[in-house]
Amino acid sequence: MSSPRNFALRLLLIALVLLLWEGAVRVFEVPLFILPAPSSVFVAFYRGFASGLYVDHIWVTVGETLLGFVLGTALAFVLGTVIALSRPLEYFLYPFVVMFQAMPKVALAPLIIVWFGLGLASKVVNAGLVAFFPLMVNTIVGLRSAEEDKVNLMRSLAASRTQIFWMLQLPNAMPYIFAGLEIAMIFALIGAIVAEFVGAQSGLGMLIQSMNFTMDVAGQFSVLLLLSFIGLVLNWIVTSVRGRVLFWDASTKFSDEAAKKEVA
Amino acid sequence: MDEPWKGSALDASVQHAPAREIIAIRHLSKTYGGRGEGVTALSDIDCTIRDGEFLSIVGPSGCGKSTLLKILAGLMPASDGNALLNGTPIEGPRRDIGVVFQSPVLFPWRSVLGNVLLPADVQRLARETMTKRANDLLALVGLSGFEQRYPWELSGGMQQRVALVRALIHDPALLLMDEPFGALDAMTREQMNVELQRIWIESRKTVVFITHSTSEAVFLGDRVMVMTPRPGKIGDLFTVDLPRPRTLDVMTTDAFGVYVRRIRKSLNAGGGLE
Repeated sequence: MSSPRNFALRLLLIALVLLLWEGAVRVFEVPLFILPAPSSVFVAFYRGFASGLYVDHIWVTVGETLLGFVLGTALAFVLGTVIALSRPLEYFLYPFVVMFQAMPKVALAPLIIVWFGLGLASKVVNAGLVAFFPLMVNTIVGLRSAEEDKVNLMRSLAASRTQIFWMLQLPNAMPYIFAGLEIAMIFALIGAIVAEFVGAQSGLGMLIQSMNFTMDVAGQFSVLLLLSFIGLVLNWIVTSVRGRVLFWDASTKFSDEAAKKEVA
Repeated sequence: MDEPWKGSALDASVQHAPAREIIAIRHLSKTYGGRGEGVTALSDIDCTIRDGEFLSIVGPSGCGKSTLLKILAGLMPASDGNALLNGTPIEGPRRDIGVVFQSPVLFPWRSVLGNVLLPADVQRLARETMTKRANDLLALVGLSGFEQRYPWELSGGMQQRVALVRALIHDPALLLMDEPFGALDAMTREQMNVELQRIWIESRKTVVFITHSTSEAVFLGDRVMVMTPRPGKIGDLFTVDLPRPRTLDVMTTDAFGVYVRRIRKSLNAGGGLE
Protein backbone atom coordinates (compact mmCIF):
# COMPACT_ATOMS: atom_id res chain seq x y z
CA MET A 1 0.00 0.00 0.00
CA SER A 2 2.66 2.51 0.99
CA SER A 3 4.13 3.22 -2.43
CA PRO A 4 5.37 6.78 -3.14
CA ARG A 5 2.37 7.20 -5.41
CA ASN A 6 -0.12 6.28 -2.70
CA PHE A 7 1.67 8.52 -0.27
CA ALA A 8 1.28 11.41 -2.69
CA LEU A 9 -2.41 10.54 -3.06
CA ARG A 10 -2.76 10.57 0.70
CA LEU A 11 -1.32 14.08 0.91
CA LEU A 12 -3.51 15.15 -1.97
CA LEU A 13 -6.61 13.89 -0.18
CA ILE A 14 -5.72 15.81 2.98
CA ALA A 15 -5.11 18.95 0.91
CA LEU A 16 -8.44 18.44 -0.85
CA VAL A 17 -10.38 18.10 2.42
CA LEU A 18 -8.74 21.26 3.79
CA LEU A 19 -9.52 23.07 0.57
CA LEU A 20 -13.19 21.99 0.62
CA TRP A 21 -13.44 23.05 4.26
CA GLU A 22 -11.91 26.42 3.48
CA GLY A 23 -14.15 26.87 0.43
CA ALA A 24 -17.33 25.88 2.25
CA VAL A 25 -16.66 28.25 5.15
CA ARG A 26 -16.05 31.12 2.71
CA VAL A 27 -18.96 30.40 0.38
CA PHE A 28 -21.53 29.89 3.13
CA GLU A 29 -20.01 32.68 5.23
CA VAL A 30 -19.91 30.61 8.40
CA PRO A 31 -19.16 32.89 11.35
CA LEU A 32 -15.68 32.52 12.84
CA PHE A 33 -17.03 31.61 16.31
CA ILE A 34 -18.94 28.60 14.88
CA LEU A 35 -16.44 27.03 12.52
CA PRO A 36 -13.19 28.73 11.57
CA ALA A 37 -11.63 28.03 8.18
CA PRO A 38 -8.34 26.11 8.15
CA SER A 39 -6.52 29.29 7.24
CA SER A 40 -7.75 31.02 10.44
CA VAL A 41 -6.74 27.97 12.46
CA PHE A 42 -3.24 28.10 11.03
CA VAL A 43 -3.04 31.81 11.71
CA ALA A 44 -4.05 31.18 15.32
CA PHE A 45 -1.54 28.35 15.50
CA TYR A 46 1.23 30.58 14.25
CA ARG A 47 0.31 33.47 16.54
CA GLY A 48 0.20 31.20 19.55
CA PHE A 49 3.71 30.04 18.93
CA ALA A 50 5.10 33.39 17.79
CA SER A 51 3.92 35.06 20.99
CA GLY A 52 5.46 32.27 23.07
CA LEU A 53 2.05 31.68 24.66
CA TYR A 54 1.74 28.03 23.65
CA VAL A 55 5.22 26.92 24.60
CA ASP A 56 4.76 27.59 28.31
CA HIS A 57 1.38 25.89 28.39
CA ILE A 58 2.69 22.90 26.45
CA TRP A 59 5.39 22.32 29.04
CA VAL A 60 2.91 22.61 31.88
CA THR A 61 0.53 20.05 30.38
CA VAL A 62 3.23 17.66 29.18
CA GLY A 63 4.95 17.88 32.56
CA GLU A 64 1.71 17.08 34.43
CA THR A 65 0.99 14.22 32.04
CA LEU A 66 4.42 12.62 32.34
CA LEU A 67 4.60 13.01 36.12
CA GLY A 68 1.11 11.55 36.49
CA PHE A 69 1.97 8.75 34.09
CA VAL A 70 5.15 7.79 35.94
CA LEU A 71 3.63 7.95 39.42
CA GLY A 72 0.33 6.32 38.42
CA THR A 73 1.86 3.46 36.46
CA ALA A 74 4.63 2.82 39.01
CA LEU A 75 2.02 2.47 41.73
CA ALA A 76 -0.20 0.39 39.44
CA PHE A 77 2.66 -1.95 38.64
CA VAL A 78 3.52 -2.48 42.30
CA LEU A 79 -0.08 -2.97 43.40
CA GLY A 80 -0.88 -5.17 40.38
CA THR A 81 2.12 -7.35 41.13
CA VAL A 82 1.20 -7.70 44.78
CA ILE A 83 -2.39 -8.63 43.88
CA ALA A 84 -1.30 -11.07 41.17
CA LEU A 85 1.08 -12.87 43.52
CA SER A 86 -1.05 -12.98 46.64
CA ARG A 87 -4.43 -14.69 46.61
CA PRO A 88 -5.52 -13.35 50.03
CA LEU A 89 -4.66 -9.78 49.05
CA GLU A 90 -6.53 -10.21 45.80
CA TYR A 91 -9.55 -11.50 47.66
CA PHE A 92 -9.70 -8.55 50.02
CA LEU A 93 -8.72 -5.80 47.58
CA TYR A 94 -10.85 -6.96 44.68
CA PRO A 95 -14.10 -5.22 45.69
CA PHE A 96 -12.26 -1.89 45.79
CA VAL A 97 -10.64 -2.55 42.44
CA VAL A 98 -13.95 -3.41 40.80
CA MET A 99 -15.70 -0.38 42.27
CA PHE A 100 -13.01 2.05 41.18
CA GLN A 101 -12.74 0.44 37.80
CA ALA A 102 -16.42 0.91 37.07
CA MET A 103 -16.25 4.55 38.14
CA PRO A 104 -15.48 7.11 35.40
CA LYS A 105 -12.26 8.45 36.92
CA VAL A 106 -12.56 11.88 35.28
CA ALA A 107 -15.68 12.46 37.38
CA LEU A 108 -13.36 12.66 40.39
CA ALA A 109 -11.57 15.69 38.97
CA PRO A 110 -13.63 18.34 40.84
CA LEU A 111 -12.99 16.57 44.14
CA ILE A 112 -9.31 16.29 43.41
CA ILE A 113 -9.11 20.02 42.72
CA VAL A 114 -10.72 20.62 46.12
CA TRP A 115 -8.23 18.29 47.81
CA PHE A 116 -5.05 19.21 45.99
CA GLY A 117 -5.61 22.81 44.89
CA LEU A 118 -5.37 24.62 41.60
CA GLY A 119 -1.68 23.96 41.02
CA LEU A 120 0.42 21.15 39.63
CA ALA A 121 -0.40 18.57 42.32
CA SER A 122 -4.08 18.16 41.45
CA LYS A 123 -3.27 17.67 37.73
CA VAL A 124 -0.61 15.09 38.46
CA VAL A 125 -2.91 13.21 40.84
CA ASN A 126 -5.76 13.22 38.33
CA ALA A 127 -3.52 12.11 35.46
CA GLY A 128 -2.00 9.40 37.64
CA LEU A 129 -5.40 8.19 38.81
CA VAL A 130 -6.71 7.84 35.27
CA ALA A 131 -3.47 6.14 34.11
CA PHE A 132 -3.46 3.79 37.08
CA PHE A 133 -6.19 1.29 36.26
CA PRO A 134 -5.37 0.17 32.73
CA LEU A 135 -1.86 -0.72 33.83
CA MET A 136 -2.85 -2.37 37.08
CA VAL A 137 -5.39 -4.64 35.43
CA ASN A 138 -3.00 -5.53 32.62
CA THR A 139 -0.22 -6.25 35.10
CA ILE A 140 -2.45 -8.66 37.01
CA VAL A 141 -3.66 -10.41 33.85
CA GLY A 142 -0.14 -10.52 32.41
CA LEU A 143 1.51 -11.98 35.48
CA ARG A 144 -1.18 -14.63 35.67
CA SER A 145 -0.92 -15.55 31.99
CA ALA A 146 2.18 -17.77 32.17
CA GLU A 147 1.36 -21.15 30.63
CA GLU A 148 1.13 -24.11 32.95
CA ASP A 149 3.88 -25.96 31.07
CA LYS A 150 6.28 -23.07 31.55
CA VAL A 151 5.48 -22.87 35.25
CA ASN A 152 5.96 -26.63 35.51
CA LEU A 153 9.30 -26.35 33.74
CA MET A 154 10.48 -23.74 36.26
CA ARG A 155 9.16 -25.80 39.15
CA SER A 156 10.85 -28.94 37.84
CA LEU A 157 14.15 -27.04 38.00
CA ALA A 158 13.47 -26.35 41.68
CA ALA A 159 13.11 -22.63 40.98
CA SER A 160 12.05 -20.43 43.89
CA ARG A 161 8.95 -18.24 43.67
CA THR A 162 11.17 -15.22 43.24
CA GLN A 163 12.96 -16.88 40.33
CA ILE A 164 9.66 -17.88 38.72
CA PHE A 165 8.60 -14.24 39.00
CA TRP A 166 11.75 -12.69 37.50
CA MET A 167 12.58 -15.33 34.92
CA LEU A 168 9.09 -16.28 33.76
CA GLN A 169 6.12 -14.28 34.98
CA LEU A 170 7.52 -10.79 34.51
CA PRO A 171 8.97 -11.19 31.00
CA ASN A 172 5.86 -13.13 30.06
CA ALA A 173 3.68 -10.25 31.26
CA MET A 174 5.58 -7.63 29.25
CA PRO A 175 3.24 -7.58 26.23
CA TYR A 176 0.31 -6.94 28.56
CA ILE A 177 2.23 -4.36 30.54
CA PHE A 178 3.21 -2.42 27.43
CA ALA A 179 -0.35 -2.55 26.12
CA GLY A 180 -1.37 -1.08 29.47
CA LEU A 181 1.35 1.59 29.30
CA GLU A 182 0.20 2.71 25.87
CA ILE A 183 -3.32 3.32 27.13
CA ALA A 184 -2.06 4.77 30.40
CA MET A 185 -0.02 7.40 28.53
CA ILE A 186 -3.02 8.68 26.57
CA PHE A 187 -5.24 8.42 29.63
CA ALA A 188 -2.75 10.50 31.61
CA LEU A 189 -3.02 13.26 29.02
CA ILE A 190 -6.82 13.11 29.23
CA GLY A 191 -6.62 13.22 33.03
CA ALA A 192 -4.36 16.25 33.01
CA ILE A 193 -6.57 18.15 30.52
CA VAL A 194 -9.78 17.38 32.41
CA ALA A 195 -8.25 18.55 35.68
CA GLU A 196 -7.17 21.75 33.92
CA PHE A 197 -10.73 22.26 32.68
CA VAL A 198 -12.03 22.06 36.22
CA GLY A 199 -9.58 24.54 37.67
CA ALA A 200 -6.08 25.61 36.74
CA GLN A 201 -3.82 28.59 36.29
CA SER A 202 -1.96 27.30 33.25
CA GLY A 203 -1.84 24.42 30.76
CA LEU A 204 -3.46 23.69 27.42
CA GLY A 205 -6.75 22.61 29.01
CA MET A 206 -6.96 25.93 30.84
CA LEU A 207 -6.10 27.66 27.56
CA ILE A 208 -9.01 25.96 25.77
CA GLN A 209 -11.32 27.03 28.60
CA SER A 210 -10.24 30.68 28.45
CA MET A 211 -10.45 30.71 24.62
CA ASN A 212 -13.97 29.38 24.95
CA PHE A 213 -14.92 32.33 27.13
CA THR A 214 -13.55 34.78 24.56
CA MET A 215 -15.13 32.89 21.63
CA ASP A 216 -11.71 32.31 20.12
CA VAL A 217 -12.80 29.15 18.27
CA ALA A 218 -9.88 29.26 15.83
CA GLY A 219 -7.56 29.31 18.82
CA GLN A 220 -9.33 26.30 20.32
CA PHE A 221 -8.92 24.41 17.07
CA SER A 222 -5.23 25.20 17.06
CA VAL A 223 -4.83 23.90 20.64
CA LEU A 224 -6.76 20.75 19.74
CA LEU A 225 -4.38 20.22 16.86
CA LEU A 226 -1.51 20.68 19.25
CA LEU A 227 -3.00 18.18 21.73
CA SER A 228 -3.38 15.45 19.15
CA PHE A 229 0.22 16.07 18.11
CA ILE A 230 1.34 15.75 21.75
CA GLY A 231 -0.72 12.58 22.08
CA LEU A 232 0.99 11.14 19.01
CA VAL A 233 4.45 11.93 20.35
CA LEU A 234 3.71 10.47 23.79
CA ASN A 235 2.29 7.33 22.20
CA TRP A 236 5.30 7.09 19.94
CA ILE A 237 7.62 7.17 22.96
CA VAL A 238 5.88 4.17 24.52
CA THR A 239 5.64 2.16 21.29
CA SER A 240 9.29 2.68 20.43
CA VAL A 241 10.41 1.53 23.89
CA ARG A 242 8.05 -1.41 23.49
CA GLY A 243 9.55 -2.27 20.13
CA ARG A 244 12.96 -2.57 21.77
CA VAL A 245 11.85 -4.52 24.82
CA LEU A 246 9.35 -6.77 23.08
CA PHE A 247 11.41 -7.69 20.03
CA TRP A 248 10.44 -11.30 20.72
CA ASP A 249 6.71 -10.69 20.75
CA ALA A 250 6.08 -11.47 17.10
CA SER A 251 2.33 -11.18 17.44
CA THR A 252 1.53 -7.57 18.16
CA LYS A 253 -2.10 -8.53 17.64
CA PHE A 254 -1.91 -10.32 20.95
CA SER A 255 -1.13 -7.17 22.90
CA ASP A 256 -3.56 -5.11 20.90
CA GLU A 257 -6.29 -7.44 22.07
CA ALA A 258 -5.21 -6.94 25.65
CA ALA A 259 -5.23 -3.22 25.00
CA LYS A 260 -8.75 -3.20 23.61
CA LYS A 261 -10.09 -4.96 26.66
CA GLU A 262 -8.88 -2.11 28.80
CA VAL A 263 -10.24 0.85 26.88
CA ALA A 264 -13.12 1.94 29.03
CA MET B 1 10.26 -58.76 44.21
CA ASP B 2 9.48 -60.02 40.77
CA GLU B 3 12.03 -58.73 38.29
CA PRO B 4 11.30 -60.23 34.90
CA TRP B 5 14.29 -58.67 33.18
CA LYS B 6 16.71 -60.30 35.60
CA GLY B 7 18.84 -62.87 33.90
CA SER B 8 18.05 -61.64 30.43
CA ALA B 9 21.30 -61.02 28.59
CA LEU B 10 22.05 -57.32 28.50
CA ASP B 11 23.21 -56.38 25.09
CA ALA B 12 26.96 -56.56 24.89
CA SER B 13 27.38 -53.59 22.59
CA VAL B 14 26.10 -51.17 25.21
CA GLN B 15 28.59 -50.21 27.85
CA HIS B 16 26.17 -50.28 30.72
CA ALA B 17 27.34 -49.38 34.14
CA PRO B 18 26.82 -52.29 36.49
CA ALA B 19 23.13 -52.65 37.12
CA ARG B 20 22.95 -50.25 40.05
CA GLU B 21 19.44 -49.27 41.02
CA ILE B 22 18.84 -45.54 40.54
CA ILE B 23 15.10 -45.36 40.98
CA ALA B 24 12.95 -47.48 43.20
CA ILE B 25 9.20 -47.01 43.04
CA ARG B 26 7.41 -48.61 45.96
CA HIS B 27 3.64 -49.15 46.10
CA LEU B 28 3.06 -45.81 44.45
CA SER B 29 -0.57 -44.68 44.15
CA LYS B 30 -2.20 -41.45 43.15
CA THR B 31 -5.82 -40.51 43.67
CA TYR B 32 -7.28 -37.24 42.41
CA GLY B 33 -10.17 -35.68 44.25
CA GLY B 34 -10.12 -37.65 47.48
CA ARG B 35 -12.86 -38.35 50.05
CA GLY B 36 -13.20 -41.89 48.82
CA GLU B 37 -14.87 -40.92 45.53
CA GLY B 38 -11.72 -39.59 43.88
CA VAL B 39 -10.36 -40.92 40.63
CA THR B 40 -7.49 -43.35 41.01
CA ALA B 41 -4.87 -42.46 38.41
CA LEU B 42 -2.14 -44.79 39.62
CA SER B 43 -2.53 -47.90 41.67
CA ASP B 44 0.26 -49.70 43.46
CA ILE B 45 3.09 -49.08 41.01
CA ASP B 46 6.17 -51.06 41.96
CA CYS B 47 9.34 -51.07 39.89
CA THR B 48 13.01 -50.27 39.81
CA ILE B 49 15.07 -48.55 37.14
CA ARG B 50 18.76 -49.21 36.72
CA ASP B 51 21.41 -46.56 36.34
CA GLY B 52 21.93 -45.74 32.67
CA GLU B 53 18.83 -47.58 31.58
CA PHE B 54 16.42 -46.39 28.89
CA LEU B 55 12.92 -47.26 30.05
CA SER B 56 10.02 -46.70 27.66
CA ILE B 57 6.53 -46.48 29.06
CA VAL B 58 3.59 -47.05 26.71
CA GLY B 59 -0.05 -46.94 27.51
CA PRO B 60 -3.35 -45.57 26.26
CA SER B 61 -4.47 -42.04 27.10
CA GLY B 62 -5.59 -41.75 30.67
CA CYS B 63 -3.52 -44.64 31.99
CA GLY B 64 -1.71 -42.31 34.35
CA LYS B 65 1.67 -42.32 32.66
CA SER B 66 1.93 -38.55 32.71
CA THR B 67 0.89 -38.59 36.35
CA LEU B 68 3.70 -41.04 37.07
CA LEU B 69 6.15 -38.76 35.31
CA LYS B 70 4.94 -35.71 37.23
CA ILE B 71 5.40 -37.58 40.49
CA LEU B 72 8.92 -38.62 39.46
CA ALA B 73 9.65 -34.98 38.53
CA GLY B 74 8.49 -33.91 41.97
CA LEU B 75 5.76 -31.74 40.49
CA MET B 76 3.01 -33.65 42.23
CA PRO B 77 2.92 -35.62 45.48
CA ALA B 78 1.97 -39.29 45.54
CA SER B 79 -1.10 -40.27 47.54
CA ASP B 80 0.54 -43.40 48.82
CA GLY B 81 3.90 -45.12 48.55
CA ASN B 82 6.95 -43.32 47.28
CA ALA B 83 9.67 -43.11 44.66
CA LEU B 84 13.33 -43.06 45.63
CA LEU B 85 15.98 -41.47 43.45
CA ASN B 86 19.47 -42.53 44.48
CA GLY B 87 18.06 -43.66 47.79
CA THR B 88 16.28 -40.44 48.76
CA PRO B 89 12.54 -40.01 48.35
CA ILE B 90 11.33 -37.61 45.67
CA GLU B 91 9.34 -35.12 47.70
CA GLY B 92 9.52 -32.07 45.50
CA PRO B 93 11.36 -30.75 42.47
CA ARG B 94 15.02 -31.80 42.49
CA ARG B 95 18.03 -30.39 40.77
CA ASP B 96 19.28 -33.77 39.58
CA ILE B 97 16.31 -34.33 37.25
CA GLY B 98 15.83 -33.01 33.73
CA VAL B 99 12.39 -32.92 32.13
CA VAL B 100 11.39 -32.72 28.46
CA PHE B 101 7.73 -31.97 27.92
CA GLN B 102 5.49 -32.70 24.95
CA SER B 103 5.85 -29.13 23.69
CA PRO B 104 9.30 -27.52 23.69
CA VAL B 105 8.27 -24.91 26.31
CA LEU B 106 10.93 -22.42 25.23
CA PHE B 107 10.91 -18.82 26.47
CA PRO B 108 10.55 -16.54 23.43
CA TRP B 109 12.49 -13.73 25.11
CA ARG B 110 15.55 -15.93 25.52
CA SER B 111 17.85 -16.91 22.68
CA VAL B 112 18.59 -20.58 22.02
CA LEU B 113 21.65 -20.32 24.27
CA GLY B 114 19.65 -18.40 26.87
CA ASN B 115 16.97 -21.08 26.92
CA VAL B 116 19.53 -23.82 27.24
CA LEU B 117 21.17 -21.98 30.15
CA LEU B 118 17.87 -21.52 32.02
CA PRO B 119 18.55 -24.41 34.45
CA ALA B 120 22.06 -23.03 35.03
CA ASP B 121 20.58 -19.61 35.82
CA VAL B 122 17.97 -21.07 38.14
CA GLN B 123 20.53 -23.21 39.95
CA ARG B 124 23.17 -20.45 39.89
CA LEU B 125 25.81 -22.55 38.18
CA ALA B 126 28.89 -20.83 36.79
CA ARG B 127 27.86 -19.30 33.50
CA GLU B 128 31.21 -19.70 31.77
CA THR B 129 31.58 -23.45 32.20
CA MET B 130 27.90 -23.90 31.51
CA THR B 131 28.13 -21.89 28.28
CA LYS B 132 30.93 -24.14 27.13
CA ARG B 133 28.88 -27.19 28.00
CA ALA B 134 25.86 -25.67 26.24
CA ASN B 135 27.87 -25.15 23.08
CA ASP B 136 29.12 -28.74 23.17
CA LEU B 137 25.61 -30.11 23.67
CA LEU B 138 24.17 -27.87 20.94
CA ALA B 139 26.85 -29.20 18.61
CA LEU B 140 25.86 -32.72 19.64
CA VAL B 141 22.30 -32.15 18.44
CA GLY B 142 23.45 -30.33 15.31
CA LEU B 143 22.49 -26.83 16.40
CA SER B 144 25.91 -25.17 16.21
CA GLY B 145 25.54 -21.68 14.79
CA PHE B 146 22.01 -21.30 16.17
CA GLU B 147 23.06 -20.16 19.66
CA GLN B 148 21.96 -16.56 19.17
CA ARG B 149 18.76 -17.36 17.27
CA TYR B 150 15.36 -17.12 18.90
CA PRO B 151 12.90 -19.99 19.34
CA TRP B 152 10.40 -18.66 16.79
CA GLU B 153 13.10 -18.82 14.13
CA LEU B 154 13.45 -22.60 14.54
CA SER B 155 11.42 -25.53 13.23
CA GLY B 156 9.48 -27.78 15.59
CA GLY B 157 12.16 -30.46 15.57
CA MET B 158 14.91 -27.94 16.26
CA GLN B 159 12.92 -26.46 19.13
CA GLN B 160 12.53 -29.88 20.70
CA ARG B 161 16.28 -30.44 20.37
CA VAL B 162 16.86 -27.20 22.25
CA ALA B 163 14.49 -28.48 24.94
CA LEU B 164 16.50 -31.72 25.10
CA VAL B 165 19.78 -29.84 25.50
CA ARG B 166 18.18 -27.68 28.19
CA ALA B 167 17.18 -30.82 30.08
CA LEU B 168 20.76 -32.13 29.92
CA ILE B 169 22.66 -28.91 30.69
CA HIS B 170 22.80 -29.31 34.47
CA ASP B 171 23.91 -32.91 34.05
CA PRO B 172 20.93 -34.50 35.79
CA ALA B 173 21.01 -38.09 37.00
CA LEU B 174 17.63 -38.76 35.47
CA LEU B 175 16.00 -37.56 32.27
CA LEU B 176 12.20 -37.65 32.16
CA MET B 177 10.57 -37.34 28.76
CA ASP B 178 6.81 -36.98 28.35
CA GLU B 179 5.89 -37.80 24.75
CA PRO B 180 8.56 -35.38 23.57
CA PHE B 181 8.17 -36.12 19.87
CA GLY B 182 4.40 -36.53 19.82
CA ALA B 183 3.85 -33.21 18.04
CA LEU B 184 6.41 -33.82 15.31
CA ASP B 185 5.80 -35.23 11.85
CA ALA B 186 6.70 -38.89 11.27
CA MET B 187 9.98 -38.25 9.49
CA THR B 188 11.30 -35.71 11.97
CA ARG B 189 10.20 -38.03 14.71
CA GLU B 190 12.29 -40.93 13.41
CA GLN B 191 15.30 -38.64 13.04
CA MET B 192 14.83 -37.46 16.59
CA ASN B 193 14.64 -41.06 17.80
CA VAL B 194 17.99 -41.83 16.19
CA GLU B 195 19.50 -38.68 17.66
CA LEU B 196 18.09 -39.31 21.10
CA GLN B 197 19.60 -42.79 21.06
CA ARG B 198 22.98 -41.37 20.07
CA ILE B 199 22.84 -38.72 22.80
CA TRP B 200 21.76 -41.32 25.31
CA ILE B 201 24.66 -43.61 24.40
CA GLU B 202 27.09 -40.69 24.70
CA SER B 203 25.70 -39.20 27.88
CA ARG B 204 24.66 -42.48 29.58
CA LYS B 205 21.76 -40.87 31.36
CA THR B 206 18.96 -42.83 32.87
CA VAL B 207 15.91 -42.04 30.74
CA VAL B 208 12.23 -42.57 31.45
CA PHE B 209 10.49 -42.05 28.12
CA ILE B 210 6.73 -41.88 27.82
CA THR B 211 5.16 -42.45 24.43
CA HIS B 212 2.01 -43.44 22.59
CA SER B 213 3.98 -45.19 19.90
CA THR B 214 4.82 -48.85 20.33
CA SER B 215 7.55 -48.79 17.69
CA GLU B 216 9.17 -45.72 19.23
CA ALA B 217 9.10 -47.46 22.61
CA VAL B 218 10.79 -50.57 21.20
CA PHE B 219 13.28 -48.65 19.07
CA LEU B 220 14.55 -46.62 22.03
CA GLY B 221 13.97 -48.75 25.08
CA ASP B 222 16.10 -51.24 26.97
CA ARG B 223 12.82 -52.19 28.51
CA VAL B 224 9.26 -51.30 27.64
CA MET B 225 6.74 -50.94 30.41
CA VAL B 226 3.11 -51.32 29.38
CA MET B 227 0.57 -49.52 31.54
CA THR B 228 -3.10 -50.36 31.75
CA PRO B 229 -5.75 -47.73 32.38
CA ARG B 230 -8.24 -47.02 35.14
CA PRO B 231 -6.57 -47.42 37.48
CA GLY B 232 -3.09 -47.04 36.03
CA LYS B 233 -1.14 -50.18 36.72
CA ILE B 234 1.94 -51.84 35.33
CA GLY B 235 0.86 -54.44 32.82
CA ASP B 236 3.81 -56.21 31.27
CA LEU B 237 7.50 -55.42 31.19
CA PHE B 238 9.42 -56.34 28.06
CA THR B 239 13.18 -56.44 27.76
CA VAL B 240 14.23 -55.38 24.28
CA ASP B 241 17.24 -57.38 23.15
CA LEU B 242 18.22 -55.54 20.00
CA PRO B 243 21.82 -54.55 19.37
CA ARG B 244 22.85 -50.90 19.83
CA PRO B 245 23.20 -48.53 18.20
CA ARG B 246 19.94 -49.33 16.52
CA THR B 247 19.39 -47.88 13.07
CA LEU B 248 16.04 -47.17 11.46
CA ASP B 249 16.54 -50.38 9.46
CA VAL B 250 16.03 -52.36 12.63
CA MET B 251 12.36 -51.42 12.42
CA THR B 252 11.92 -53.62 9.39
CA THR B 253 13.42 -56.72 11.03
CA ASP B 254 11.37 -59.66 12.28
CA ALA B 255 12.73 -59.40 15.80
CA PHE B 256 11.53 -55.78 16.01
CA GLY B 257 8.14 -56.79 14.62
CA VAL B 258 7.79 -59.49 17.23
CA TYR B 259 8.39 -57.00 20.07
CA VAL B 260 5.91 -54.56 18.61
CA ARG B 261 3.27 -57.26 18.21
CA ARG B 262 3.75 -58.61 21.72
CA ILE B 263 3.47 -55.14 23.19
CA ARG B 264 0.38 -54.34 21.11
CA LYS B 265 -1.20 -57.54 22.33
CA SER B 266 -0.42 -56.65 25.90
CA LEU B 267 -1.90 -53.19 25.37
CA ASN B 268 -5.05 -54.61 23.85
CA ALA B 269 -5.44 -57.07 26.68
CA GLY B 270 -5.18 -54.23 29.15
CA GLY B 271 -7.73 -51.92 27.59
CA GLY B 272 -6.34 -51.22 24.20
CA LEU B 273 -4.73 -48.40 22.30
CA GLU B 274 -7.11 -45.76 21.11
